[in-house]
Amino acid sequence: MEPDRDMSLAATVDAPPGWRSRIPARNMLRWETGLAVVVVAIGVLGVTTSSEFLTGTNLFNLGLQSGEIAIMALPMALIIISGEIDLSVASIMGMASAVLGYLFGKGWPMPAVFVVVLLVGILAGAINGLLVTRVGLPSLAVTIGTLGLYRGVANIILGPNTISNFPTAYTNIGVNGVFGTNLSFSAAIFIVLAVIFGVVLHFTPAGRSIYAMGASPEAATFAGIRVKRIKTLLYITSGVICSLAGVLLTFRLSTAVNTNGLGLELDVVAVVLLGGVSIFGGKGTIAGVVLGVLAFAGISNALLLTNFNQEAASIPVGILLLISVFVPNMAQLTRRLRDAIARRSRSAPSAPAIGAGHD
Amino acid sequence: MSTTLAPPREPPEAPADVSSRRLTERVFRIRESGIIAVLALFVLITAIIQPRFVSSSNIQFILVNTAVYALVALGETMVIITRNVDLSVQSVLALSAYLSAGLFGHVHGIPIPVVFLVGFGIGVVFGAANGLMVSLGRVPSLVVTLATLYIIQGIDILIVGGNEVVASSLPAGFVAIPNATVFGIPWEAIGVAAAIGVGAYYLRSFRSGRELYAIGSNPEGAQLAGIPVAKRVFVAFTLCGGIAGLGGVLWAAEYQTINTSAGGNNFSLIVIASVVVGGVAIFGGSGTPVGAAIGALLLGTINVALDVLGISDFWDQAIAGFLLLVAITLDRLISLRLAAALRKRSARDGT
Repeated sequence: MEPDRDMSLAATVDAPPGWRSRIPARNMLRWETGLAVVVVAIGVLGVTTSSEFLTGTNLFNLGLQSGEIAIMALPMALIIISGEIDLSVASIMGMASAVLGYLFGKGWPMPAVFVVVLLVGILAGAINGLLVTRVGLPSLAVTIGTLGLYRGVANIILGPNTISNFPTAYTNIGVNGVFGTNLSFSAAIFIVLAVIFGVVLHFTPAGRSIYAMGASPEAATFAGIRVKRIKTLLYITSGVICSLAGVLLTFRLSTAVNTNGLGLELDVVAVVLLGGVSIFGGKGTIAGVVLGVLAFAGISNALLLTNFNQEAASIPVGILLLISVFVPNMAQLTRRLRDAIARRSRSAPSAPAIGAGHD
Repeated sequence: MSTTLAPPREPPEAPADVSSRRLTERVFRIRESGIIAVLALFVLITAIIQPRFVSSSNIQFILVNTAVYALVALGETMVIITRNVDLSVQSVLALSAYLSAGLFGHVHGIPIPVVFLVGFGIGVVFGAANGLMVSLGRVPSLVVTLATLYIIQGIDILIVGGNEVVASSLPAGFVAIPNATVFGIPWEAIGVAAAIGVGAYYLRSFRSGRELYAIGSNPEGAQLAGIPVAKRVFVAFTLCGGIAGLGGVLWAAEYQTINTSAGGNNFSLIVIASVVVGGVAIFGGSGTPVGAAIGALLLGTINVALDVLGISDFWDQAIAGFLLLVAITLDRLISLRLAAALRKRSARDGT
């Protein structure tokens, strides 16, 4: 969106090095470190304000409520690091939920329904990806369009109907944890996927190339990276994961309606940005995204327990989001302010504003 | 992408047969021509199938329904032209709708214009906050306004709580705003059209208005050219917020029962979709508020047309989304063609 004022070359080269830890002092200043402190603070706050916070039931609910958002945040992180965005995630989720409900209502066997839902996710992601990479349209505009289109398809498929008589074998994921633990099914899937995405992003050439194309698409192309192909694959991955999230949501609510997941796209983007992923692309880590998920889930859950209006959880999330963009820019911000004050005091209006904000 | 910014280089002296070519070219150069054609075609087909569609009461209905979206699209256009975006308009609108309409219950006999001013003021405060953070903080507007979307929404939820403004607390004159017409045209639509006219004139003819385009086309270049980038961006966000605040007051007059759901869940994205359908480039530098308003009108017309044609409401969103994709794809293809044609011609003219 914004000009890449803060994406000076130096900042790009500073991109997170993956797993290799470097100078400790430097790591201390990383956003992820600060976020980890925030997450611990939220946990402490939760424990001190409510005796229920650490109970098994509550932890189960915490995982259950934020599980789908967390899952969708992983492919979103990769897409944003690659320099694009996908606002259609919640609509793909809703469309998958609608297809699931519709076909189940028609008496299809569940495995066949799953295959179709998977194909719907692939198709939805492929349309996004092809419009962005092959037609060359801005991803923000494309995915606002498909946000309407996919949600619209959900509306058309289900209309005003609600499908809710899913077999208990499936809807149990909203009641029981995996293997009798307090870990919700969606949270368990998130953990597995986070490991996979983390490995792919930080330990494979494909992952490194995602950083490269986010930092500079031209340079990445000239370096022989198949930018368009990888971006298309990222969108398809996102489509598949979001349709999976749609299935999980449908079963845990035991309901398929056309409004399933409505409005969640901004939550997903917020979680990713909260995790320190740069909206300009080229920067971010899966560890950060996991911390972002924990902060988001923790805040919503802690507020739920303290009888504070839970919907107002958007305030602390919003404030954290602001902090997440301001803190990493703090050094540049103060330097710019110092420059500005120095210029003022020199009172030389003839001095052009070059240098302000440019490295 | 930047067809409206700075007249493209014309060949020095055009040959004689060129005047007719010039005219068609000029029509094609108007970014809005495509969307106007789509709108006209849509109205025509719907009217042929169902003549009731172009009845005056139905047209009034469409105009009033579109007015708020078109108005907020004006502010959003100014922001998007500078290569920024404001996602927070929907929570500004919701908060302003509740607070301003609530005034009628708290301050007895408060004049309606004062309520509009208050709505504008509420919006200006939040718009200025957005503008300050984006322009001085130099942080991406997508993130800042996503954050303020959340924060303002939370504030709204805390303030409103379980309450709501009910229709009975609103004075008759306020409730009548959406229904008042002159020569069959709703006053609300005339007011919004006038605001858009002023905005369009400002962007087209004022130096500071043109500078918004320059900023969106090339932010670094604009800075180097001595344009006060931070100031202009700040003003664009402030106005956008103020306009969203006004939109909140209009929303209250239209829907009368106001709780936290004013504006709906997707208002910001619908407004941005209108702006983009209307030919404003999402990465700044080109487009007009008039185009954005026509974009909003097209989306509003589709809503009503489907209804009139007996197609279920459930098709609206899919068609609107599809149309947005078609609009940006066509825009892309046309601008590629145009660029190629211009390149070829300048090569031929040996410039």
